[in-house]
Amino acid sequence: MANPTNAGNPKVDLAYRRKKNAAEMKHQVISFALMIALTLVAFFAVGYDEFSHWFSVPFILLLAAVQVAFQLYYFMHMSHKGHEIPALFLYGGVLVAFVTIWAFMTIVWW
Amino acid sequence: MSTVARKKSLIWDYLTTVDHKKIAILYLIAGGLFFLVGGLEALFIRIQLAKPNNDFLVGGLYNEVLTMHGTTMIFLAAMPLVFAMMNAVVPIQIGARDVAFPFLNALGFWLFFFGGVFLNCSWFLGGAPDAGWTSYASLSLESPGHGIDFYVLGLQISGIGTLIGGINFLVTIINMRAPGMTYMRMPMFTWATFVTSALILFAFPPLTVGLVLMMMDRLFGGNFFNAAAGGNTIIWEHLFWIFGHPEVYILVLPAFGIFSEIFATFSRKRLFGYSSMVFATVLIGFLGFMVWAHHMFTTGLGPIANAIFAVATMAIAVPTGIKIFNWLFTMWGGSIKFTTPMMYAVAFIPSFVMGGVTGVMNAAAAADYQYHDSYFVVAHFHYVIVGGVVFALLAGAHYWWPKMFGKMLNETLGKITFWLFFIGFHLTFFIQHFLGLMGMPRRIFTYLPGQGLETGNFISTVGAFFMAAATIILLINVVITSVKGEKVSADPWGDGRTLEWAVASPPPEYNFAQTPLVRGLDALWIEKMEGKKGLTPAEPLGDIHMPNSSILPFVISLGLFIAAFGFMYHAKYSWSLFVGIGGLLITFICMFLRSVVDDHGFHIHKEEVLETEKGVKA
Repeated sequence: MANPTNAGNPKVDLAYRRKKNAAEMKHQVISFALMIALTLVAFFAVGYDEFSHWFSVPFILLLAAVQVAFQLYYFMHMSHKGHEIPALFLYGGVLVAFVTIWAFMTIVWW
Repeated sequence: MSTVARKKSLIWDYLTTVDHKKIAILYLIAGGLFFLVGGLEALFIRIQLAKPNNDFLVGGLYNEVLTMHGTTMIFLAAMPLVFAMMNAVVPIQIGARDVAFPFLNALGFWLFFFGGVFLNCSWFLGGAPDAGWTSYASLSLESPGHGIDFYVLGLQISGIGTLIGGINFLVTIINMRAPGMTYMRMPMFTWATFVTSALILFAFPPLTVGLVLMMMDRLFGGNFFNAAAGGNTIIWEHLFWIFGHPEVYILVLPAFGIFSEIFATFSRKRLFGYSSMVFATVLIGFLGFMVWAHHMFTTGLGPIANAIFAVATMAIAVPTGIKIFNWLFTMWGGSIKFTTPMMYAVAFIPSFVMGGVTGVMNAAAAADYQYHDSYFVVAHFHYVIVGGVVFALLAGAHYWWPKMFGKMLNETLGKITFWLFFIGFHLTFFIQHFLGLMGMPRRIFTYLPGQGLETGNFISTVGAFFMAAATIILLINVVITSVKGEKVSADPWGDGRTLEWAVASPPPEYNFAQTPLVRGLDALWIEKMEGKKGLTPAEPLGDIHMPNSSILPFVISLGLFIAAFGFMYHAKYSWSLFVGIGGLLITFICMFLRSVVDDHGFHIHKEEVLETEKGVKA
């Protein structure tokens, strides 16, 4: 371990990398399964006549938000290190968009 | 390829350049020309208002001149001049060889340029836009002729250019800082550019949406803003101001950055309260998105919305106050040198504070019912924009002129320009506060005698001519300097603190022969204080990879320019639609070519770098 230039060499710490990749794969598969499940739940919520629209519309919007988070954090690797700046700008954009829509909902189309 | 073999004609060089320093010069020239046009329009306005019942510019023509003055000054003069400063300085300040996307940088410039030319073509093609720079939908949808169409399409094209420029600077500042240049070691102007670019990223999309909706309404039979058909005219006002208010900060934050550099340099002291300056800049950027409705207090938002927006607006005075005190404390105990840029900086503080104070007055919603649409508001925003942004651009031009062109502007002429401009500015706009309080509405083309408005308006007009004289002397200064000026060294002011003063004036096309190692805030100052002659390099001398120049950005923008004409006249001439489609085809084919044809750039070899550097040292 005297040679620090090996840091970028994929053969070093092979066991560690294997383990890490396996863990990541596991996360991806779990979130993929969850996303399919959430989609099915969403379809069910819309299709089931007993639920009123006042329940199902906010409910599927909530599910959509969860799915976006899964997509970003597990499939697009935002959970990894080095994604702080993209996250900052993403949330910045979300904030500006939210304030805009909020204003339109409250003082333009009241 | 050697540097000699790549020699080409000057015009072709600038049409195809992707070098941030040359693009800065393009922005400076184009922005400067539009500044002169906008200034001429301002003079016409002031001549018309010099005496009651004047008939120099009457009715509709006055509306056109007024609209084009505002639109030109904001979108085609102030914004590109800010971009000129950013392009000239920011990559060098962070120790980079260029911006992250040099091709996009050129594209951003040409889009702005063709958008601006398109907008000004309206003068020769049946009349300019005439609904004010805010172009409120209830007025602009009724405007006959093609004026508003020129506004909508021209701003759309130049807006894309601005958005591209903003994204480019974000990526540049995040990714291309030299080793050791942490966020909290970035010069204040770089920080300002960073926050400004983020504001551009979030503020321009609402404008784009608003312009698309208005384009639909005006050209393609839409009814988004047409209340008679179920639309809502207020939507435009909101979209416009969600863009428009951050736009104010897009302009003034770089101004703050420029002054921060100047105060530190000519007080020969580290900027006081650097970290609070950064905090204040970010906070102003953040709050800037929460206050847009203060432009619409009288629209009928209701007392709750008005109160929220009033309080949020007043909150901005706090970070701005932090900045003002930091600048004062930077000068405190410093060894101050009153150069031309420093004079603008010192004059900026009281001028801008006056604009800020009237801003808080306007922010009080109940009081705003009296100020609204009066000359008080005109006085307020001119104090902010001229006293803040224009002073900063003039100061920045004098400060970085030697860096951009390798020659120092004449200091005596520079000081004459300053005094004329400073006196003229206050003469023009101070009295307008009182004209407004006496009840003179903005945007009117004349007034009656005997209402107490004659003297104030006459004084205001005299002031405008002082500013015109100042501008002429500045132009003379530029010409004299270009012809006679002497070549200057890397650090012509002698007190440079940041990295741009470590490279030759003008810098070689690769900026740094070796990427520097940054060891703290004011990287060059640190090296100077340790008695070193140059920067500590962070890499060995080697071949430097450079991007190839390209004519594609020019042609892409030209395509949109043609397309805009085609779509504008499509209702009148059936063949015009094909002109529009043809223009879009030109654009898309060029984009396709750019995507498909690989461009690997070229290398400047180590030997050539050594030779250039030797020439610099000698």
